[in-house]
Amino acid sequence: MKQQIQDVGDVRIISLSGKITIGAGDVMLRELINDSLEAGHTKILLDLGGISAIDSSGIGEMVASYTSAKNRGAQLKLVNLSKKINDILQVTQLITVFDVFDNQDEAVQGFQ
Amino acid sequence: MWVTLSLESRFESIEIAERALVDLLVGNGVGDDEQYWILTALREAIANAIRHGHREQAEESVRVDLRVNADQLSITVLDHGDGFDPSVIPDPRDAENILKPCGRGIFYMRRFMDDVAFRREPGGGTMVSMSRRLTARPIKE
Repeated sequence: MKQQIQDVGDVRIISLSGKITIGAGDVMLRELINDSLEAGHTKILLDLGGISAIDSSGIGEMVASYTSAKNRGAQLKLVNLSKKINDILQVTQLITVFDVFDNQDEAVQGFQ
Repeated sequence: MWVTLSLESRFESIEIAERALVDLLVGNGVGDDEQYWILTALREAIANAIRHGHREQAEESVRVDLRVNADQLSITVLDHGDGFDPSVIPDPRDAENILKPCGRGIFYMRRFMDDVAFRREPGGGTMVSMSRRLTARPIKE
């Protein structure tokens, strides 16, 4: 998995590409979110547009990251979901948990 | 057509099984979408064998059989672990579970394959058997 980090105003945008799977991307995702929270960011946007696959461990890390952010008074939102990731969120009903946006501009506005 | 693999209990081994399964599926004309969901089920079964069955001890081997007969795909994954009771696996969609970071792997397997069965082997270990009729279609609602 590869990442690109950009701050737009007070929103930290973490753009990911590759796979979020057990033993690889899942750990990296956890570290990226934790580092952002430790640095004091309270508005974190995960751009999943470049993600080709996500397994149950990857989804689990997203859920754990959501909970970590919420417990610290921060927000974690998602943008640019592929159809397959959207399908996964639908079947697991996590679509009811995450705030999901179609593009970064809308998502950044969604934090205000 | 069939393939048998003996994999070290490392998560990197999952990629080897994925490549073998892709070759088998492409050879049988299975499209990208259907491949994706089947690969997800395979990944979860092997990950469970490595993490829970073998507690990530690399020297323990996971045996994977991939087989296509006509339009029927069969996958078995065998580990040497202590096993578990699949009937007590909670539904990850329930309100009390939805924010848990784990417990979705078997749910994925059951969702993306037609049949999933778990069997304790007489000599120890757990065999997961999964099957699916190969035909392009959406995932189960």
